[in-house]
Amino acid sequence: MSGPQRLRPRLGVFKFASCDGCQLTLLDCEDELLPLAAEIEIAHFVEASSDIRPGPYDLSLVEGSVSTPEHLERVRRIRAESRHLVTIGACATAGGVQALRDFADVAEFRATVYARPEYIETLATSTPISAHVPVDFELRGCPIDRGQLLEVITAFLAGRRPDIPNHSVCFACKRRGITCLPVARGIPCLGPVTHAGCGALCPAYDRGCYGCFGPSASTNMPAMIPLLRGDGMSDEDILRFLHTFNTRDFAAIEPPGELGDREEGTSS
Amino acid sequence: MTAVAVPPDADSPACVLDGEGVGALVRELRARGRTVIGPTVRDGAVVLAELESADELPYGWGVELEAGHYRIRRRSDTAAFAHSAGPQSWKNFLHPERVRQWSADRGPDGGVTVRAERPEPTSFAFLGVRPCDLRAIQIQDRVMTGGRHRDDAYEERRSGAFLVLVECTEPGATCFCVSMGTGPAAQPGYDLALTEVLDSAGHRFLARAGTARGAEVLRSLPRRPADDVTRTRAREDVEAAAGRMGRTMPPVDLRALMADSLTAERWDDVAARCLTCGNCTMACPTCFCTTTEDVTDLTGDHAERWRRWESCYDLDFTHLPGGSVRTSPRSRYRQWLTHKLGTWWDQFDSSGCVGCGRCLVWCPVAIDITEEAHALHQEALDRRAGGKDEAP
Repeated sequence: MSGPQRLRPRLGVFKFASCDGCQLTLLDCEDELLPLAAEIEIAHFVEASSDIRPGPYDLSLVEGSVSTPEHLERVRRIRAESRHLVTIGACATAGGVQALRDFADVAEFRATVYARPEYIETLATSTPISAHVPVDFELRGCPIDRGQLLEVITAFLAGRRPDIPNHSVCFACKRRGITCLPVARGIPCLGPVTHAGCGALCPAYDRGCYGCFGPSASTNMPAMIPLLRGDGMSDEDILRFLHTFNTRDFAAIEPPGELGDREEGTSS
Repeated sequence: MTAVAVPPDADSPACVLDGEGVGALVRELRARGRTVIGPTVRDGAVVLAELESADELPYGWGVELEAGHYRIRRRSDTAAFAHSAGPQSWKNFLHPERVRQWSADRGPDGGVTVRAERPEPTSFAFLGVRPCDLRAIQIQDRVMTGGRHRDDAYEERRSGAFLVLVECTEPGATCFCVSMGTGPAAQPGYDLALTEVLDSAGHRFLARAGTARGAEVLRSLPRRPADDVTRTRAREDVEAAAGRMGRTMPPVDLRALMADSLTAERWDDVAARCLTCGNCTMACPTCFCTTTEDVTDLTGDHAERWRRWESCYDLDFTHLPGGSVRTSPRSRYRQWLTHKLGTWWDQFDSSGCVGCGRCLVWCPVAIDITEEAHALHQEALDRRAGGKDEAP
C-alpha cells in the first residue's frame, strides 16, 4: 500500500512458549483493528503478516514464557529493541500452565511426551518475561481480555497509564449484578483472590472463577482455602484449582504446608 | 426531593388491596411510564429486576440467610414479600456502577469541545422497598445531594423514583434493623406503603399513601376500605417481626465505640479472616465510593470520563504518588467499619449502617459486622475492667 506516510509508533508482537491465543486477541479486535493499523505501524506480527520489519519498536507486546535456552538470549534482544515492553497473558506474566514443570522433573515430562527426547532442549523452569528483563506493564489473563488489550494500546498511544484495576473478580461480579456463586449456591470460586479483568466471564455463566488472571493485588489465601473446602473441594482439588494457568503466582502466596505436598507431575 | 407529603390517612385513608390490586398497581405504574423494579427469582436468589407484571414477584419464595450463606427456599404459603435483603439494593439503580460524566472531542483545528453528560430522565417505580432500604436511600440522598457538591444525575434518578415500601414481616437471621432504628415498620419517605397479610381471610395488602402522588395512584386501584382485622393483623405481624431479628448491635453508642477502638486487637483478628474482596461494600446499600476512569479512543481525538464504583478494600482506593496509604487488610477493614458506624456521623450526621445484613450475608467468609461490633465492645469493656487507658 502506498500513500502519505505519517510517523506512526511501531508495534512488534513477539511469542515465546505459548499457545498464541493472546496475540490472536489482537486480531480479534475486529472493528478496532483498522483504526489501530491507521494509528500504529504493525512492524512485526508473524501471526498476522509475513511482512516482518526490523526493530526498533516503540511498543512490543510479548506473549509466552521463557522456556528454552534460546529464549534467554532472544528476550534480551527484544527488550533492547523495544522502547516499551508489555507482556500479555499468563505465560508471559506468570510462566503459564507450562510452569507446572517448575515443581516436577522436566526430564520425566520430556521422556513421557516426546518420542525422541534427546532432540528437545528445554530449561528446567518456565518463567515470566519479567524474571529476565524489565517489563513496563503486565497484562494478565489466559487469554487476555480484548478490551483490556485495547486499553493498554490506547493508553500507550495517549501517553497515559492504562486503567487496569488490580482488585478481585468480586468487583466485576457485583458491578455486573451477578449473584455470588459461593454464597448463594455453594459453588467453589476463586473470584475473591483473583485479579479482575475478564469482566466476571465464568460466574456470568454459573461457573466458579478458576483464577486464569492470577492473584489480585490483595489476597488472603489462609482465609480462602477453608472457603473452598467448605464448598466441597478436597485439598488435592484445591491444589489443581490453583495450579493451572498461574501456578507460580498462586504457589507464591499459598500458606506453606497447608495443602500438603505438591502432587503434579509425580502422579498420573 | 420527593413529592409533597400528605398526612397518612388524611387524603387517602388506609385501604386493602388483594392480589389483583397488586397486579393493578404494577400495571398502573407502567401505564404512567414508569420502569417498575421489584423482587423476582433469578439465578438462585431474589434479585431486583424490571417487572413487566406482578406475576414475576417471588410468590411462595423465602430465603435462608446466615453470614456468608444465602439460599432461596419454597415457603408453605404464597407470600410475595417474605424474603429479606437480596444480593442487590436500590443503589444499583439510583447510583449505578458506571456512569459517563463528560466526553471531549478534538476537532480538525485542534480545538477541544467538552460536553457534560446530561442526566437521562428516568422514571423508576421501586416495588418492595424495605424500611431499612428506604433509610439507606435517604442516607445516600444526604451523601449525593446534601452537601455543596451535588450529583445532579443522582438527583434526577431519585426525584423520578416512586417508592412502594413493603413493611417487613419476615426478617432474616442476619437482620438487625431494630438495633439501627430503621425498621421493620414503615417510616416516612415512601409514596405508598404496603403490609402483606396472609391468613384465612386471604392474601391481601394493607395500603396507605405517604405522598399526593402516592394517593393518586392508590385511588386508581381496585381496593376496599381497611377493615379492623387487616389493620390489626398487619400491625401485629410487623411488631412480631421486630421481635424476631436474627442479629443485634451492642446497645451502646457505636460512634463512640468506634472512636475508642482504633487500636483494638480485634482488628488483627478480623484482618486474618478478611479476603479484602470488596463484596461487603458493593452489597451495602449505603456505600457510595467511586473512582474516575478516563477513556480515550485509538485516535486520541475522543476522550470520556466515567465514574465507577470503588471500594475502600481496593489497594488502589488510597493510591497516591508513592503507593497506597492503607496497605494492610487491618487498616482497610478498620476504615470501612469505623466509617460505617462512626465517622459517617461526623461526615453526614447519621450512621452509615441500616441493619439490612447484606454485608454479612454476601461476605464469602462470613465476617459479621454485628459480631465484630460486639467483640470491639467486649474488648473495650475488658480494657476498662483491666484499668488500662483507652488512649493509645
